[in-house]
Amino acid sequence: MAENNRAVLKLREKFASSIIDVKEFRGEVTVTVNKEDIVAICAFLKNDLRYNLLTDVTAVDYLGKDPRFMAVYNLYSIPNKDRLRIKAPVTESDCTIDTVSTVWNSANWLERETYDLFGIVFKNHPDLRRILMTDDWVGHPLRKDYPLQGPGREPYKGRLS
Amino acid sequence: MASKEIMTLNMGPQHPSTHGVLRLVIELDGEIIEKITPHIGYLHRGVEKLSENRTYHQTIPLTDRLDYLAPMSNNLGYILAVEKLLDIKVPERAETIRVIMAELTRLKSHLVWIACHALDIGAMTVFIYAFREREMIMSLYEKLSGARMTSNYFRVGGLSADVYDGFEKDVREIVDTFPGHFDTYEGLLTKNTIWVNRTVGNGVISAEDAIDYGITGPALRGSGVDWDLRRDNPYSGYEKYTFKVPVGEKCDTFDRYKVRLVEMREAVNIIRQALDSLKPGPVLADLPQVCYPPKEAVYNTIEGLIHHFKIASEGFPVPEGEVYQSVEAPKGELGYYIVSDGGTKPYRMRIRPPSFVNLGAIEKMAKGSMLADLVAVIGTLDIVLGEIDR
Repeated sequence: MAENNRAVLKLREKFASSIIDVKEFRGEVTVTVNKEDIVAICAFLKNDLRYNLLTDVTAVDYLGKDPRFMAVYNLYSIPNKDRLRIKAPVTESDCTIDTVSTVWNSANWLERETYDLFGIVFKNHPDLRRILMTDDWVGHPLRKDYPLQGPGREPYKGRLS
Repeated sequence: MASKEIMTLNMGPQHPSTHGVLRLVIELDGEIIEKITPHIGYLHRGVEKLSENRTYHQTIPLTDRLDYLAPMSNNLGYILAVEKLLDIKVPERAETIRVIMAELTRLKSHLVWIACHALDIGAMTVFIYAFREREMIMSLYEKLSGARMTSNYFRVGGLSADVYDGFEKDVREIVDTFPGHFDTYEGLLTKNTIWVNRTVGNGVISAEDAIDYGITGPALRGSGVDWDLRRDNPYSGYEKYTFKVPVGEKCDTFDRYKVRLVEMREAVNIIRQALDSLKPGPVLADLPQVCYPPKEAVYNTIEGLIHHFKIASEGFPVPEGEVYQSVEAPKGELGYYIVSDGGTKPYRMRIRPPSFVNLGAIEKMAKGSMLADLVAVIGTLDIVLGEIDR
């Protein structure tokens, strides 16, 4: 069970006040934490619990809920062959979170992509520019209120014939 | 003392050695690379956004177009993620055929890698030979799925159809002839003075740095990290096969070349074991809520037709939750992170592309080397822009 997971026990010990939720689904453990402590928690997970590979950084847009965004970090420990997912809620009014690119270099590009497509600003990021869209692009395509057809176009109504 | 003068050089997006539409802005001091700024996104099609508006089955053809050199590996990662969300098991025969196809796909992808990598550094013969062998796998793809590249063959719960008569014979032919072809490539390259001079000591990245930059797959194993998802977190029945995981020592382009060559031989080895264990049986799980009915029922019975129509138009609901499933794709760890809200379409689908993350380390690997060596670094990273830009 998630509660007996080694990483969860250690995190509960050290960052008791910042853990919001611990969940297990299909054998995958997800820990939701306060965004203020994300760098400290990631550094602890990397240095003390050997989650040395940051496989992915992304976000989910829960439009209509508060907090609206969820920053998602998928970690992997090569020595322990173990996965862990860290999530941190980000509100729409304060759409920022600290960068973890100081902990893992791989976060650099992954956070740029998340910024590009969701508009979450990663504070203290060394090079926060758009990466997939052009530099002068307006809007963040993966937000749920961004139209699928792109801006300024009639929504697709299906084939007429 | 000569004064230091920086020249900015643009490479790509239309450049034969960038393996697609990669644009690099390079700052040079003479011929020495001082800084590289990659510009990507020229091939961005918004696959993640599109998939939020399509049913789970409708997303499978989109995944073909990520790493278009290895379509079945992409399909495999995606359907495994959906199956994990649904918590269903697929029949053993389907699993075994998936492994055979995934390994053939690895061969197909690695053949393009060795062909283009060698061509970039000036060895044209290997290119011609490797594409000749790749054609055998392409023909098999076409016979099996109807398409040479965009196969769309796997389904949630199994496969779209059983293999054709004579499939095993065709695969055996590939398995029996390919080791000889690998010997040819090695004969052409391993002791070739030009090849050795261009690759030994090129693009060195230490194991620690490689992990820090998130490099996965053969590029990481070339740096001496003994980690392979097929062995360490097995999926689709990989735990049944025995195979070696090659690792490099010197962390350079030559070691990554050797790792990939051994990997090709091991892929042949896995296919052989899978073929031996292939038994007759169903190729689609008996789950009418999720799987398409057999074509015979669709054409001949009204119930079958309604069933097919319902799955095709409405899709199937998936329990609420989130999963991350990754597979060892030819380029590295290909992960799918799917969030479901209980509906028939993914609420969010994130693709973790190996090439994207691997490319992030290009500056680290090429800084301080000559401009001509950058081409070797791009080749050894084995990137595909369809997957980077999505």
